[in-house]
Amino acid sequence: MDALATNLVTVVEGIAFGLLLFTLAVGLSLVFGMMDVLNLAHGTLYLVGAYAAYALSDGSWWGLALAVVVGTVAGAAGGGLLAGMTLPLSRRGHLDQALLTLGVAFIAAELFFEAFGHEVVPTAPPEALRGSVELFGRQYPVYRLVFIAVAAVLALAVYLVFERSTLGALVRATVADREMVHAMGVDTRKVLFGVFAVGAALAAIGGTLGAPLLAPGPGIDERVLVLSLVVVVIGGLGSVRGALLGGLLIGQVQTLGVSLLPDLAPFLLFGAMLVVLAIKPAGLVPAGGRR
Amino acid sequence: MSPDPDLRRALRFGLRPGRWTVLAWAAVAVVLAAAPFLLNNYQISTLSRMLVFGLLAISATLLTGVTGLPTLGQAAYFGVGAYTAAIVARDVTAIGPVQVLLAAVAAAVVALFTGTLATRARGVPFLMITLAIGEIAHSAATSWSSITRGSDGLSGIPRVVPLPGMSELRLDGLVYYYVLVMAALAYLLVRALVRSPYGLVLRGVRDNEARLRAIGYPTGRYVLAGFTVAGGLAGAAGALLVSVQRFVSPGDVGFSVAAVALLAAIIGGVGSLPGAMAGAALVVLVRDYIGTDLGGRGPLLVGAMFVAVVYLMPQGLAGLGHQLRRWFSWRRRSTPPPAGAPSSAEPETTPDDPQPSVGSDRSAT
Repeated sequence: MDALATNLVTVVEGIAFGLLLFTLAVGLSLVFGMMDVLNLAHGTLYLVGAYAAYALSDGSWWGLALAVVVGTVAGAAGGGLLAGMTLPLSRRGHLDQALLTLGVAFIAAELFFEAFGHEVVPTAPPEALRGSVELFGRQYPVYRLVFIAVAAVLALAVYLVFERSTLGALVRATVADREMVHAMGVDTRKVLFGVFAVGAALAAIGGTLGAPLLAPGPGIDERVLVLSLVVVVIGGLGSVRGALLGGLLIGQVQTLGVSLLPDLAPFLLFGAMLVVLAIKPAGLVPAGGRR
Repeated sequence: MSPDPDLRRALRFGLRPGRWTVLAWAAVAVVLAAAPFLLNNYQISTLSRMLVFGLLAISATLLTGVTGLPTLGQAAYFGVGAYTAAIVARDVTAIGPVQVLLAAVAAAVVALFTGTLATRARGVPFLMITLAIGEIAHSAATSWSSITRGSDGLSGIPRVVPLPGMSELRLDGLVYYYVLVMAALAYLLVRALVRSPYGLVLRGVRDNEARLRAIGYPTGRYVLAGFTVAGGLAGAAGALLVSVQRFVSPGDVGFSVAAVALLAAIIGGVGSLPGAMAGAALVVLVRDYIGTDLGGRGPLLVGAMFVAVVYLMPQGLAGLGHQLRRWFSWRRRSTPPPAGAPSSAEPETTPDDPQPSVGSDRSAT
């Protein structure tokens, strides 16, 4: 019973982490699905939001709100900038675009560490959420539960917009067949810019809210990037449902899996990817149409 | 029947190297041999590191340029080789070639295993998966502390002994010569491989895999073998790194190492081995030498190089002369392209146009 309770708490932890991964991975997945642009600066966008949280949140609600606003705007601007930089290269092949974003990631990360120091900086949640509650007989931080709720709402909103709205239909159509959408008179570049900016903003929000879970610092951008990539590969490129499923799965692998099999911890991520891709080579939920 | 200019050049050079090529190689050999007499210790160990990263860049080129599979995972096999060599050196033998061989074998085995997953993908998904492999290797190096001693790294590695019966190499200049000889051997091996019929198949995978498959080549197996060889080469480079710095830590397995290898391969130009070597030398020079002078801003400079290469030098160093020559001959006399070459434009050698999907079995076009 005791072990069960511990594991249940870990499962909750995994859900929090998985939802964080979803907010990070969905933008990456959609941009890739639409234009085959692999944004290797995606982890840097997380840093944008997380450092905004570190710099601006002073423990009050206003600080958090300010951090969310600043992080979101900065993230969206970063996404727009990346889209503007990669778009002229679209005739040149996808490797060049990926390399460009990689270069931007290196430069931006170095500037961040110059400004905020070369250490991981722990970021505290707002004071009102610093306590802990009893969960399955364990003390559990309130902030993570609130985070789960907020991230779930966020995920639901993204899902509804993407799957149920006209705008979402346009995005899905662009993922499935860009030329056809373009031929029907839609400026697909605007769609791309929009998706790039929204995806980047989501990653930055993930950073702002997720900073108390995964604090910003050197190496964190890479970690976020790799986790998002694994989520995207597992979930299926260009699919929101896939990103959600993949995020929740990797969230569990990274928490429950690691606590059950600590010796194999470094290899679980690869193992999960191997198993999923062996069964479903195109990911759990392949995007419809082109592939 | 093949209009590939790379291939034509390779065949021509393979049969009868041009006078300038021979002269250039002779000059490089003289400079490399004379270097220890001209440089100080720090410069010499930087030069040794350039050779090590040159081999790593060649292993990245083998995948990125020759086979058309851009990789960000070579640091993983580099790390497997480095840790293997460090453990062998510490516990078994100080003889360098043995370390290199065992490191290469260990890295090749890991590459074979991980490659079964990675080589199912092509193009950018391949890049994603190799990136994930590299990062997992990094986290393994950090957290698997019973073997790797975690972030402290492995130290106390004895000086390298080049051959049985010789004494250990105490001077940085001698270690440099050892690395130079081993790197030259590895370079010649890879060059022979790239120019062999097997190398041609790898180029074929890059240019049109569907057609190769239609002729009956089991391209998946060829690519996996190439991935394994590239992994083994990266492992050998890792062993040489251990001989140079006598220390390994997770930092040597990191993302930035893989990025540097890919950058060097790209700077070198598509599939060019000397280009990859030169690219690695340039990147190490900028990162470790100029970056140190600027107060440790190496990563910033590496990032700036990525951006510059993408915008300014899409064909890399090796393509630069090629491109200039073509521009010139174009301007002088606008002759039609020679027969057999349907388009005068360099074929875009980005790999992911025809078959972007993971494990797709249908043929393109």
